[in-house]
Amino acid sequence: MARNPSPVRKAWRSLAILGGLIALLAGLNTLGAVAFNGSWTPKLALDLEGGTQLTLAPIVEGGAEVSQDQLDQAVAIIRQRIDASGVSESEITTQGGRNIVVSIPGQPDEQTLARIQASARLEFRPVLLAGIPSADSIETPTPTPTPGATDAPADSSTGSPAPESTDGATPAPEPTESGAPTPAPTPTDASDLAQVTPELQAAYDAFECGSIDSTVPAPEDEPLLTCESDGTVKYLLGPVEVTGADVADASSSIATTQQGASTGTWQVAIDFDDEGTAAFGDVTTRLTALPSPQNQFGIVLDKRVISAPVSRVVILDGNASITGNFTQETAKTLADQLKFGALPLSFETQSQDRISATLGSDQLRSGLIAGLIGLILVVIYSLIQYRGLGFVTVASLLVAAGLTYLVITLLSWRQGYRLSLAGIAGLIVAIGITADSFIVYFERIRDELRDGRGLSGAVETGWKRAWRTILASDAVNLGAAVILFLLAVGNVQGFALTLGLTTLIDIAVVALFTHPMLQLLSRTRFFSEGHKLSGLDPKALGAVYRGRAQFKAPVAEAKSRVGATREAARRQTIAERKAAGSTLTVEAPNGIPPEVDETPTPRKGI
Amino acid sequence: MASFSQFGNDLYTGKRSIDFIGRRRTWFIISAVAVLLSLAVPFLRGGFTFGIEFTGGSEFRVSNLESVDQEPAIDAVASVAPEIAPRVSSVGTNSIRVQTDQLADEESNEVREALAEAYGVPVDEVTESFIGPSWGADITRQALTGLLIFLVLVGLFMAVYFRTWKMSVAAMVALLHDLVITAGVYGIVGFEVTPAAVIGFLTILGYSLYDTVVVFDKIRENTSGSEATSGRTFRESVNLAVNQTLVRSINTSVVAILPVGAILFIGAFLLGAGTLRDIALALFIGIIVGTYSTIFVAAPLYTVLREREPEIAKESKRTLELRAKGVSA
Repeated sequence: MARNPSPVRKAWRSLAILGGLIALLAGLNTLGAVAFNGSWTPKLALDLEGGTQLTLAPIVEGGAEVSQDQLDQAVAIIRQRIDASGVSESEITTQGGRNIVVSIPGQPDEQTLARIQASARLEFRPVLLAGIPSADSIETPTPTPTPGATDAPADSSTGSPAPESTDGATPAPEPTESGAPTPAPTPTDASDLAQVTPELQAAYDAFECGSIDSTVPAPEDEPLLTCESDGTVKYLLGPVEVTGADVADASSSIATTQQGASTGTWQVAIDFDDEGTAAFGDVTTRLTALPSPQNQFGIVLDKRVISAPVSRVVILDGNASITGNFTQETAKTLADQLKFGALPLSFETQSQDRISATLGSDQLRSGLIAGLIGLILVVIYSLIQYRGLGFVTVASLLVAAGLTYLVITLLSWRQGYRLSLAGIAGLIVAIGITADSFIVYFERIRDELRDGRGLSGAVETGWKRAWRTILASDAVNLGAAVILFLLAVGNVQGFALTLGLTTLIDIAVVALFTHPMLQLLSRTRFFSEGHKLSGLDPKALGAVYRGRAQFKAPVAEAKSRVGATREAARRQTIAERKAAGSTLTVEAPNGIPPEVDETPTPRKGI
Repeated sequence: MASFSQFGNDLYTGKRSIDFIGRRRTWFIISAVAVLLSLAVPFLRGGFTFGIEFTGGSEFRVSNLESVDQEPAIDAVASVAPEIAPRVSSVGTNSIRVQTDQLADEESNEVREALAEAYGVPVDEVTESFIGPSWGADITRQALTGLLIFLVLVGLFMAVYFRTWKMSVAAMVALLHDLVITAGVYGIVGFEVTPAAVIGFLTILGYSLYDTVVVFDKIRENTSGSEATSGRTFRESVNLAVNQTLVRSINTSVVAILPVGAILFIGAFLLGAGTLRDIALALFIGIIVGTYSTIFVAAPLYTVLREREPEIAKESKRTLELRAKGVSA
């Protein structure tokens, strides 16, 4: 803000910012549509566009029946996996009490499908070999099973190679088909390097992280070739020793020393059940004595290593804790993975079909027609109510609509947002909330005119007060949107996004378009002379009727420049003016007579 | 329309004033009755009916079709259970999926036969299974947690912004009033509660608070000065603020209701049951009740809460005494 720039310059500056914003959004959209195969229009949700329907049959370890509990948990896991790919409002239901039906809008890509079908199998396997994958495989890190899944603590993050990589782990011979079953001669234990046959060694050497196919479950009693989930370390792991089913609970917390003092670092605690406690005790007893990297065990989820901690102490009570370079977030992620991964389920895809929209195309068409009719009614009403100003309302609504369209298209490209019929209805309702900002503002200007202010002055003071109100009320909506977006899932999240978006656009349009337009228009003769059709005719607004205020107005404006105190000063000026008004017209007090005897004793009654 | 702007002028200057605050007993009784009815009637009707998304339902699959036209399926279900709005979609290139509310065995057999007949396939080609809710308890739980946190934060925000917790309380009561009545009307009409309706309710929640904040901001402005200088009692200041924002309230609710009304009209009368109708009804009622409650519930309630404060009571008394003297002098 330069020294007191004139309202006209400010107005042009605001309009320029808005123009820049629109140009930027349009540019990004163009870039997306042309260069990245995006689309000029927002993508539509399941109800309007149809999509793909997957029927998944959960398979429990050992062929047992799937309980309702497990099914519900499986639905939650799948929803989590799908939500990780964006705000797309998928539909997940159970069918016949044993299948899970997942409907995803549009044509999901292979990655999404793989992620959904992947088994939620959590395994603890001892590390046999660990090393850096070849360079090109680092460049193609496949998607991690969960959003923000982070690197394991033991060997921390990116780049840092696994400890003592492929150090002379000379494999014991005994030829078998590479990657095929029937491992080496009965190994003495799961860490026995005798399991590493030459074929396995060769497969390990050539192994690339991109080649993990998490849709096919890994046999439990065989070694597994895999990678850290971010693709920085590759592993050859021994057979499964403890499964996720043995994990009773997992949580993240701040680690404490033995004296109970906080160390300030985050840790993940795992509780095993009885079976797990015994098995884990055996594992740690054996691993703790081994050299690196064989003293590590890999925690494998969906065939990827989510953490490979080093076993430092023998844990016999079933309460293990993993420490390392955790942040609060990464610790929580790992704890959740351990907890959810404890579900011993895998999924078998029974069918995969394209499904059509659940709502007929007539619903979409009717919705759009209804919106259009509503919009026309709004235009007519605001022209009747606000005459010339009505055109400003209409233009502002058009700008808001344009911005909304651009942002939604952008979101549907970058974030996987999809527009459902409910979303469209939400956008139509937003017309009302957006128009309200203009109405609040216009009414404030009229109030100022009624107080006898000149039009330019009325626009400036009216704006300052209206802006405060608009910000306060929009803050409520924005708060609702942010909190619901962060905490809710599925449809509610989509709604929250729409609400937040329209609220932000409302603020932007009223500040960067409506107000500057009025600043400029208030300088045209049509408006400043209060033409009958301008909607700002002081006569029609009764300003002349209260003519006595006219000589006071300049005083108020002079005061309003005083800065910090101006709000108070202005309010007082108006209060004084009102006081003057009510003493002048004391014969017509505002309908108080009936309460005169009641007010002085407000405590009666209760 | 000159008369409307004249109306606005008179409301602004106080020349014409509607006594919203003074007649609060009337409004409170009206609201109380409305809330009671909204609670009682749906309850007497047997509670809310929840949509297939919440309760699960029946799914029929018609296979080996030559055309996957959806109309016959809708008609077939309507011929058996006219009150049900089925969700029909084509699956792949040769089958149709029809989802309905949970049907009794007899009814579902009839639907199977009707579907087979409609598509000219043997009844064997129509399979039926139960589908679980897509909007499960976990989604509801998370949405409720979010709401609760939101309400607490908004209450705090308003208390800080308006510098009095009493405005928060008044706004929350008005909000509750709006939600109960909107849900009540929804239940009285007997529409199914669908995710679209829930989203409608959430929108109302935002709208109701939004509307209240706008009017309360004017109240804050009118009551922040000392009473001695304004010559008005606290109650009169509040009443004036409500009157001064009345034109805004009317204009805003009309502008908000017009598009919603258009959707409701088209949705309910031309399309019948469906997303549009559900969401539009919730919004239509909610916007009207939300505007009403700001003026007739929130503002009077706020006055009741504040008037009991000794300081305000004292000042109001003095203002009235001064005025009595002035008139007699």
